[in-house]
Amino acid sequence: MSKRTGMEVAIAAAEAVALCNIDVAAVYPITPQSHIAEHLSDIVHNGRIDAEFITVESEHSAMSACAGASATGARVYTATSSQGLILMHEILPIVSAMRLPVVMGNANRALSGPLNIWNDHSDIMSVRDCGWIQLFAENGQEVIDLTIQSFKMAEHPDVMLPAVVNLDGFQLTHMIEPMEFPTQEEVNRFLPERAPFATLHPDKPVSMGCFNMPDIFTETMMAKNEALVNSKQTILKIWDEWEKQFGRRYKPVETYFSEDAETLILTMGSMSETASVAVDEMRKKGKRVGLLRLRLWRPFPLEELRSALKGCKTLIVMDRALSFGGAGGPVGTEIKSLLFHDKSRPRIVNFLMGLGGRDMKVEDFIAMVERAGKKKDETYEFYGVRQ
Amino acid sequence: MMQTVRNFELYTPKLIEKREFFSSGHRACQGCGEVLALRLVLKALGRDTVVANATGCMEIISTPYPTTAWEVPYIHVAFENAAVVASGVEAGLKALRRKGKIADRDVKAVGIAGDGGTADIGMQALSGAMERGHDMLFVCLDNEAYMNTGIQRSSSTPFMAATTTSPAGTVIPGQRTGKKNMPEIMVAHRVPYVATACPSYPLDLINKVKKARKLKGPSYIHVFSTCPTGWRAPSREAVKLGRLAVETGVFPLYEVENGKYRLTVETPEKRRSVADYFKSQGRFRHLTPDQIKIFQERVDGEYRQLMNKIKHSRSWQE
Repeated sequence: MSKRTGMEVAIAAAEAVALCNIDVAAVYPITPQSHIAEHLSDIVHNGRIDAEFITVESEHSAMSACAGASATGARVYTATSSQGLILMHEILPIVSAMRLPVVMGNANRALSGPLNIWNDHSDIMSVRDCGWIQLFAENGQEVIDLTIQSFKMAEHPDVMLPAVVNLDGFQLTHMIEPMEFPTQEEVNRFLPERAPFATLHPDKPVSMGCFNMPDIFTETMMAKNEALVNSKQTILKIWDEWEKQFGRRYKPVETYFSEDAETLILTMGSMSETASVAVDEMRKKGKRVGLLRLRLWRPFPLEELRSALKGCKTLIVMDRALSFGGAGGPVGTEIKSLLFHDKSRPRIVNFLMGLGGRDMKVEDFIAMVERAGKKKDETYEFYGVRQ
Repeated sequence: MMQTVRNFELYTPKLIEKREFFSSGHRACQGCGEVLALRLVLKALGRDTVVANATGCMEIISTPYPTTAWEVPYIHVAFENAAVVASGVEAGLKALRRKGKIADRDVKAVGIAGDGGTADIGMQALSGAMERGHDMLFVCLDNEAYMNTGIQRSSSTPFMAATTTSPAGTVIPGQRTGKKNMPEIMVAHRVPYVATACPSYPLDLINKVKKARKLKGPSYIHVFSTCPTGWRAPSREAVKLGRLAVETGVFPLYEVENGKYRLTVETPEKRRSVADYFKSQGRFRHLTPDQIKIFQERVDGEYRQLMNKIKHSRSWQE
């Protein structure tokens, strides 16, 4: 293991991709992802890795080029954000249905309109149902680790699905953090060469992307769902392997002071670090508050969430996106529906907060815990609205 | 003229690959010019080819799961991205070959789309792929409307032609705009080889595809593909309509090599009138003699322009 290096997280993401010895990258620049695109092209142009860097004319084409390249058996990567992600939306469910491994970094940013380049999760939540493995990083180290792990997850013969690593725009992409990089030899040992199931090559011609009539479409959708649900076992196995080799433990749901907690905050991504400081503050005052961090969003780790919720009376779900005119935030809504039949389920309070880069400080988390204690019903609520 | 040679079949074994790369039993309409073109394109390309196809007629007729008509590796992703999927295939094969992960053999990536998937919704992806200079061929199978969805107009539909979204109305007589000149747009991208072709002239088409196949870099072939179903014409007219389009100058067959224009199939000294071409087509049935005259004038003008380029253009090297 090499020593800790201070580096901007977006640059580190590109360095992690380089360690994975990709064959093809197709990237279109967008704030706040652009440093990944720039640094990756720098790596390729200086011959540090032997790869094709396709300077596509849009994100739609980025994902399309990834589909074509992945179908040849190549290891492929792209990165995007916000508008770029929803421009490639059309191709996302096709890539997963075709079982083409692609790894994508998504620098989370609010969707327009109005235009807002800052961080929330409305971009990834709008493509939630595309059949991709979806992971959320808390800090720079996780960005490196999850990126490397993602290639192994996506390309695993039992999985063969695309994966997206979410890293919060600016809050994470533009931070300079101390991080540990595995060496090339270590990554080579962890990540095997891709062994594709079928490829586009004249030696063994195959047809990919044949259309389905109604008599088979349902079965195809079911198979795709099973593939994603079952991928959890492989993901857990890969995290075990990672821990053995690198010593860092990865779990689908991270817990912090959750064992005896009456109130649990549930967060995703970078704000979890702030939330954990808030938990520390409240614990000092003797409040039984804990934190759950959802690292794996798809496939959803229901069992892990259930066991983490044991004894919890109030669950506060922090949503950084919302379903307009619907039941609240996507994470809150989903957890409510998943726990609906559980007799001992906690009261679930859903806050919509941290939208479009609104900073959430330690005192905000404390205030939300207080508000949740007073709240009578389980309807969602916007937090921190200016009067 | 080579194309009117007698006893054609005696010569063809030497000139046309016997092996089929697009098998029979697909679901194309009777008299489909597009599938005829596709079959010839694949014969000319040979086995070392990977096809990225756009959503459309050729995709729908060839690949209802779990069947396929394709004997070469084939991928379909979506409607507007055949060109960029092909460029991804090219990049993937190139990297894997360079790194010794696949056999060291020249495999050509080919994007194929209809006129909508090329000139309308596929334009951006095509422009990007051509501008980036991938070693790939893009073939537009142009049947002059969205035939797969039921004959809606595209930017490649001819002036005044009736389609289901440009109907021959009492106020507006069909398509309001002229056909977009795709080959010209490709020439403007400095694509080293651009050509027009038509399956009614099979040897010309095959020669052009072979030329594009050999070239290292991007190439574009725009294939005029008659559609009896969408043009409201008898199926038996499919080949004849292609010939009439060429003989009238409606769709001249030419190629542009490094910027230099050349007519590959001579148009008769005295071009036939467009009325001859319109005769069997329901999509032009509503045109009055005056409107036909306007159409004729447009064809004459465009043809003159092309002849000027053929006369005066020089290759980039000259």
